[in-house]
Amino acid sequence: MFLKKVALAGSMAAFAASAGYACEIGGRVNIVGNEFAAIQAVAAGAKECTGASVESNLTSEHQTINVAGLSGNPSEYTSAIIANSSLVALMNEDVIRPLNDLVEQHGQDLQPGQLIKIGDNIMAIAFMANAQHLMYRKDILEQAGVEAPTTYEELLEVAKAIREQGIMQNPVGGAYQAGWNLAQEFNNMFLGYGGTHFKPGTAEPNINTEAGVNALNMMKALSEYMNPDFLTHDSNATNAEYRAGNVAIMNMWGSRASQQTTTEGVLQEVIDGHAIAAPMTVGGGSIPATTLWWDGWTVGKNISDEEAEATFIAMKNGIRPDMLNDETTPLAVWLIEGYEPSEDAQGVFAAAKMGTPPYPMLPYMGLMHSALGNELADFMQGKESAEQALADVEAAYRAAAIEQGFLK
Amino acid sequence: MRHKTFLWFFLPTGLAMLLFIAMPIVSVVTQSIFAPHPAVLIEVESCTPLVGCTTETTVDQEATATLRAENPMGRFVGLGIYFDRGHLAVQEIGQIWASNESWGGFFSELGNLPFYRAMAFTLTFTFIVTPLTILLGLVIALAVNSLHRHLKGLMIFFSLLPMIVTPLIGSLILFWMIDSRGVIGNALVNLAGDPDFSLKASTGLMWVALMVYGVWSSAPFAFVVFYAGLQTLPKDQIEAAQIDGATRWQQVKFVVVPHLMPLVTFVALIQLMDNFKVFEPIIGFSAGAHAQSLSTFIFNDLGGETRQLSSAAATSVITIIGIAILLSPVLVRTWRDFKGAR
Repeated sequence: MFLKKVALAGSMAAFAASAGYACEIGGRVNIVGNEFAAIQAVAAGAKECTGASVESNLTSEHQTINVAGLSGNPSEYTSAIIANSSLVALMNEDVIRPLNDLVEQHGQDLQPGQLIKIGDNIMAIAFMANAQHLMYRKDILEQAGVEAPTTYEELLEVAKAIREQGIMQNPVGGAYQAGWNLAQEFNNMFLGYGGTHFKPGTAEPNINTEAGVNALNMMKALSEYMNPDFLTHDSNATNAEYRAGNVAIMNMWGSRASQQTTTEGVLQEVIDGHAIAAPMTVGGGSIPATTLWWDGWTVGKNISDEEAEATFIAMKNGIRPDMLNDETTPLAVWLIEGYEPSEDAQGVFAAAKMGTPPYPMLPYMGLMHSALGNELADFMQGKESAEQALADVEAAYRAAAIEQGFLK
Repeated sequence: MRHKTFLWFFLPTGLAMLLFIAMPIVSVVTQSIFAPHPAVLIEVESCTPLVGCTTETTVDQEATATLRAENPMGRFVGLGIYFDRGHLAVQEIGQIWASNESWGGFFSELGNLPFYRAMAFTLTFTFIVTPLTILLGLVIALAVNSLHRHLKGLMIFFSLLPMIVTPLIGSLILFWMIDSRGVIGNALVNLAGDPDFSLKASTGLMWVALMVYGVWSSAPFAFVVFYAGLQTLPKDQIEAAQIDGATRWQQVKFVVVPHLMPLVTFVALIQLMDNFKVFEPIIGFSAGAHAQSLSTFIFNDLGGETRQLSSAAATSVITIIGIAILLSPVLVRTWRDFKGAR
């Protein structure tokens, strides 16, 4: 315990010393965001600023409170740290402000790629990228005498080989929990087969197509090689299975790559055999069956100009280039200047290089994601056909979109 | 009591009820008949790191703000949301009715609509768990009551444990026990002799697990109420029954249960309400693929990236109506007793 404290104090001192310049702000800052190591590091950087209070509320339930916390005038929070899927929800509610003026005054040294532009407005500053890609046990694959797959069709053959040789009964892992996770796996596969969720330029659903049916059939085929409880496994549970040595191959979030072998209690054979690779393609497609994500911060609309300026300065202090050190660098695939990708980052970079599409940033995508999460479980259990499941999704989405005013 | 006295006596309670019960209900009902304005969509260029710029559709904030300012309540839709596919699905039922000759086909297609599927689970859950809870509570109360007084305190404490554990935690503990690598799940795999046997993958077994949890978590409540009731049981009645040669079973059936009847009504009322809103076990068991309830619909509506407030409000109103219907027989009886007593 004492040693930990000393180490902490030491790293804090190093942090403060490396800051080099003082970060002075003239208004209160209050941050709401998700809770994982990379975001905690950013919030800690923002809190080094002096002159006014900097508070943060980092919780995995952030997306259920950020809209409410940014509404009201003046609002409780001055900044929300979000992933690209949530940016749309904040913009739909009109609770975040364009950052053009603040970038001009204080953000000239940000990388052009960090500026998230919707039309002419800069709406968020991104600081890390994320994508799901292949993670596997090279020892098990070697034992089975197979190569790491580059397509989902090859993945099925790898799984078959591992099972038939009696190495593992259920070698494939997948975050297929009914709800958000299952919908996300469908999105990956659907985009990989070349599908588009909506008819161009409209909010009309477009998933009951050949690509949709193919995507579902591929997911069904993969699930045959998964733990029979797969519909209750989210990404945390899938990772736990992997770390316990029960899974040999899976499509997993890049943001988890560095913690995959460093968490307590991981089997030695998993640590030794762990490997990552580029995301897989499917159905002969050229782009991988995955989506590209970013995490970034926004500034609230319902606050005074002083607070907005203070928030921008503090948040930028949280993502300044010299916040990257031995401790923080492996936590994420940073979009910050001077970041040198580690081994763990190669999966995400490969995804970007292969032309992975970003997660659709459309005002009605959230409704589609919810509808997919609620309606696809029936198909995965073999209770209905792929066409029926997709028709149900479209009907559920349509009802929600009519309510929200996206469809008539 | 004179009407005027009663009025003054009741006024503070009445005000609190108005503020904390009636007003929220009015607000929920209002929310459910208004929906957000039609979104004004425009196409813009959007730029993303590592990808570059693409053309995306987005909401035109200025135009939408004007619409909102003109009509801050939103767009009046009447009962439109109540009748859409996510709720009562009136139109879809019409189509299913027209396209099906047999009742079997009608019901199987009805099960494809989220609301009716959720109702099927909720009602099954309510009507199986409520009587079992009452029965188990009564059995525990009778058993504990007949124990030696030194043992009673300890047994009461252990019987209350399921109620002391936070519902979500309790369901999570059971969830890991029935996992195919957990204690119960593994035992079942060995019993079934099939390595792929999984309780969580079967809808029927998942329902059973949810109901077992439901009985386990609320039996202590019934037990405590009945145990308190047993302490008021007149000794002379039991003694009279014993002198008449009644067996223990006959004593319970003809003396104890009639004495506890008002408490049974009370426990039934509370349990019907609670079980109709079944929520924690479905979340704790990650049972979304097998079972849904009106409460989980509300949770999903509010937990998504895009909050569907109107849909959640409509489901809330339907929940209130559903509970009112469930409780109506008991309430009517209470009203009759009240009338008779005057």
